[in-house]
Amino acid sequence: MEMQLRHDVKGAYTIWYRDVLRFVRDRSRIFGSLAQPLLFLFALGFGLGSMLSRVGAGQPGGIVGVAYIEFLFPGILCMTVLFTALFSAISIVWDREFGFLREVLVAPVSRTAVGLGKVAGGSTVAMIQGAIIMLIGPLLGVHYDALKIIEMLLVLLLLAAVITSLGILIAARQKTMEGFQVIMQFLLLPMLFLSGAFFPLVSGTTAGDVLRIIAQFNPVSYGVDALRQIALEGKLPATYALHPPGVDVLFLIGFFILFLVPGVALFSKQD
Amino acid sequence: MPVIEVKDLKRTFGDFVAVKDVSFEVEEGEIFGFLGPNGAGKSTTINMLCTLLKTSGGSASVNGYDVATQQDKVRRSIGLIFQDPTLDERLTGWQNLQFHAMLYDVPTETFKERSAELLEMVELTDKVRESVKSFSGGMKRRLEIARGLLHHPKVLFLDEPTIGLDPQTRWHIWEYLENVRDRERLTLFLTTHYMDEAEVCDRIAIIDHGEIVALDSPDKLKSLVGGDVVTLSTDDNARAASVLAGMDVEHQVTSEGLRVEIDHGDQFIPRVMRAMDEAQPRVSITSVNLRRPTLEDVFIKLTGRAIRDEEASATDMMRNRRRGGGWGGGRR
Repeated sequence: MEMQLRHDVKGAYTIWYRDVLRFVRDRSRIFGSLAQPLLFLFALGFGLGSMLSRVGAGQPGGIVGVAYIEFLFPGILCMTVLFTALFSAISIVWDREFGFLREVLVAPVSRTAVGLGKVAGGSTVAMIQGAIIMLIGPLLGVHYDALKIIEMLLVLLLLAAVITSLGILIAARQKTMEGFQVIMQFLLLPMLFLSGAFFPLVSGTTAGDVLRIIAQFNPVSYGVDALRQIALEGKLPATYALHPPGVDVLFLIGFFILFLVPGVALFSKQD
Repeated sequence: MPVIEVKDLKRTFGDFVAVKDVSFEVEEGEIFGFLGPNGAGKSTTINMLCTLLKTSGGSASVNGYDVATQQDKVRRSIGLIFQDPTLDERLTGWQNLQFHAMLYDVPTETFKERSAELLEMVELTDKVRESVKSFSGGMKRRLEIARGLLHHPKVLFLDEPTIGLDPQTRWHIWEYLENVRDRERLTLFLTTHYMDEAEVCDRIAIIDHGEIVALDSPDKLKSLVGGDVVTLSTDDNARAASVLAGMDVEHQVTSEGLRVEIDHGDQFIPRVMRAMDEAQPRVSITSVNLRRPTLEDVFIKLTGRAIRDEEASATDMMRNRRRGGGWGGGRR
């Protein structure tokens, strides 16, 4: 029993280590994955931002608001994590069929350990991606202090874990990559655009209230909400927030368990 | 005690029976082969023995461990080489070996010694620090063999181990494998649809549509085919067939022509040439081939089909399609 636990921990560690090692070794992948968020930051942050007044300004309480790029930045961090984590989890479909995962599945390591290792690996890599974007922040005029950076990284890690688990839940029983486009169209993009990453979900307006209801079902919204409140502490009106950051984190933990448990169970099921 | 014991093993996918009540035993140190066409149930059987697939009935044990109830012990004592490479191409050969050692909890000291020894055997010592992406197909297979043996398995399962490799590389790989078998009393269980690969085996089970139709040593199997095999091509195979019938000689029509199994083939050839010549109207022979029987001939004799017949029957195609959609084991 103890032996088995040891093997499983080591096995999960191996899966995690492989994901991280692959990421670190593959510089083209690191740069490639930066291209998209940077494009969004420039095109939306500066392009679209140039015609926007300060977000949240003039609201009751004398709030000065923030530049759009500052508002957008936490949203782009979540976008990066969303894309990286989901793709990393879905890669197990391909990996199981033709790749390294088959070698892992016949090893004396339980599939639960393999699944957990994969969640850990995907989450870590996604969080590192987010951290790299944060490093670029100062170049775009976005500055955070050390405490905020640590808090934001923790939220990003949690969001990454939620999305990786969701990816594993989707990919666990899938045998082919054919459903992939569908997932892109009906999951990834709505999750991104309806999360509030690009615009505030303001309560008190009809459209805003509808968006806020939809956002309650979207794990990404909680990530964006928490991250933005930490990043722009007190600079935005209260009507822009979904929940206090602590509540967002609890919801994220809830989503994590909701996706992880059935995801790993399905993944562990023997054919 | 046999290393592998299989009794009435069965696997179904929906209403399709992929493996039908198969029974056999494999002794320690034996090279045991499953020979059959694609979709015959070879990979399904191997996947059940390796605990990748559940069984639908019957029992199987490897190294005395039950594949259904003692999966972890089975996994610990076997090595596996899949049809498709399962190396991580983005990593180096060495990193691939390291991951294997981690997954199988091989102690660092053992890993160092064992990997050095195996890399020398497969002649990859100089290349192992390079990225696997740059490896040729043969090098990848060699690395996989070294990896599969790293944790001292008792049985090495090989699913179409040399598929897609050139004959020279294939022969080379078998040299390594036989070498380890002799040194470590390793048992090899392989599936193949290459006849020359099957010749390496001590015993072969010929499998078709999920059933073992014959099981014996290659020589004994070949003796099932009487005497020699003569293959004739003529300008009119239909008339040639009736001439053969007139000579009281049985034949089969294959893609190569008319195939006859007969004792003293060397004496049969002049007789058949004369008969074709004297037929009214005359049948002209365009080529004659005389050879000793091969395992392919055994397969044709037992199943009535050639193993490499390009044109699969409609049912076979259905099978393959179901197989493709049904589970993750096989090649598409």
